[in-house]
Amino acid sequence: MEKITNFFKSFLLLELLKGMALTGRHFFARKITVQFPEEKTPQGFRFRGLHALRRYENGQERCIGCKLCEAVCPALAIHIETEERDDGTRRTTRYDIDLVKCIFCGLCEESCPVDAIVETRVFEYHGEKRGDLYYTKPMLLAMGDKHEEQIAKDRAADAKYR
Amino acid sequence: MMELLQTLELAGQNLLGAAWLPLWTLVKIVAIVAPLMIGVAYLTLAERKVIGYMQVRIGPNRVGYFGLLQPIADGLKLMFKEIIIPTGSNHFLFVVAPVLALMPALAAWAVVPFADGMVLADVNAGLLYILAMTSLGVYGVIIAGWASNSKYAFIGSLRSAAQIVSYEIAMGFALVCVLMAAQSLNLSDIVRGQQSDTGLFGWYFIPLFPMFVVYLIAGVAETNRAPFDMAEGESEIVAGFHVEYSGMAFALFFLAEYANMILIAVLTAIMFLGGWLPPFNVAPFTLLPGIFWLLAKMSFVLFLFLWFRATFPRYRYDQLMRLGWKVFIPLTLVWVVVVGAWMQTPYWLW
Repeated sequence: MEKITNFFKSFLLLELLKGMALTGRHFFARKITVQFPEEKTPQGFRFRGLHALRRYENGQERCIGCKLCEAVCPALAIHIETEERDDGTRRTTRYDIDLVKCIFCGLCEESCPVDAIVETRVFEYHGEKRGDLYYTKPMLLAMGDKHEEQIAKDRAADAKYR
Repeated sequence: MMELLQTLELAGQNLLGAAWLPLWTLVKIVAIVAPLMIGVAYLTLAERKVIGYMQVRIGPNRVGYFGLLQPIADGLKLMFKEIIIPTGSNHFLFVVAPVLALMPALAAWAVVPFADGMVLADVNAGLLYILAMTSLGVYGVIIAGWASNSKYAFIGSLRSAAQIVSYEIAMGFALVCVLMAAQSLNLSDIVRGQQSDTGLFGWYFIPLFPMFVVYLIAGVAETNRAPFDMAEGESEIVAGFHVEYSGMAFALFFLAEYANMILIAVLTAIMFLGGWLPPFNVAPFTLLPGIFWLLAKMSFVLFLFLWFRATFPRYRYDQLMRLGWKVFIPLTLVWVVVVGAWMQTPYWLW
């Protein structure tokens, strides 16, 4: 009996009409497209965009050249060289991030004991020639100087979860 | 309007003599093909918009207002691209195939009546000509697949050929019912046979409803559209028979697919939905010209095509063959007998 009803049901194309009713309803539904350059989706304070190197308020670099980030980087995108300065501190002479290799996992940020390397909310950037996306220490420091306000705010918001 | 055309024709005959007829026919051909090509271009936009809306997106809207220049941008892009001819291919057939695919889709329009008397070639075997032309389209596909010398293209073309040949039979039988009801192979006569006082109740989709559905589904399968787009099958054979094509050669296949869609839609409108006839024989409906109604019905069927694509997942190949051979062909055969018997009774009202 069930076989017979199924036979006729399949001939009436009921299932297909149900499917078409569903897509037909969606045809009139409110569209959820976010029109990117004009509209933007909200970002969280843990957003992982372009990297930056931070400074203390007195202008001193935070990075102490411990190379934890270099060691933890799964994509081997970070390259660091260090020296001993006159005041006896260890500081970096090179701090390069190859953004072509970087997978934006955020492990460098997580491993940093002094919150020196961070990821900002900047994600709209591009390179026009090979090497444009190889970020060196001055570039990273400049990023940090430029976005320090936002970075500090995001760290503060994240602080209670760390 | 008609008088103006007649005086124009008389003046032309006096002026040019025997050269007038081919010239005038050429003008008519351009008058059919040029809007058709624009229709094809904007059908691609309509498709992207409709499917987008059904997926709760908004579709292309950056090129011109409402994305209206998008088809032109796409066309220009394809025109400036290089046509790559694979080394292992048969160069002659590789170039000929897209032309073979597009040609029948355009040629079939010769017998399509746009309104009463508004037809390029009012031949009595119109339906037969249509069947012949739509069947020819498969050669373009087969030759493209073979000439490419690529396994994906070859598999795609084989699938598509088997599919088109199978569904042609069901389609043919559905049309047999129509020509039985109309007692004519002439497309204009088929539309005239649907004329009645009751408006849309006189159209053939009422007595031949199962055939209407079969024809519509077979039409989707004929044009290799989703859910029967096995010939393309992105997920398994990349793009099917046109993997190796690029630039304008690819664009020709694209045009052929959409021109075929429009053709099937207009044929459905003519044979089942009363062609140029208005749905009700009262004032506001009868005032509009016949061509408007034909285009409206055609657009409706095209919308169904897009709706199908947005709704149904692709068939599995053996199920597709089962549907064609074990469901549609027996069903149409039975309905041919039913219609034949029905026509002998006084209850046949059409």
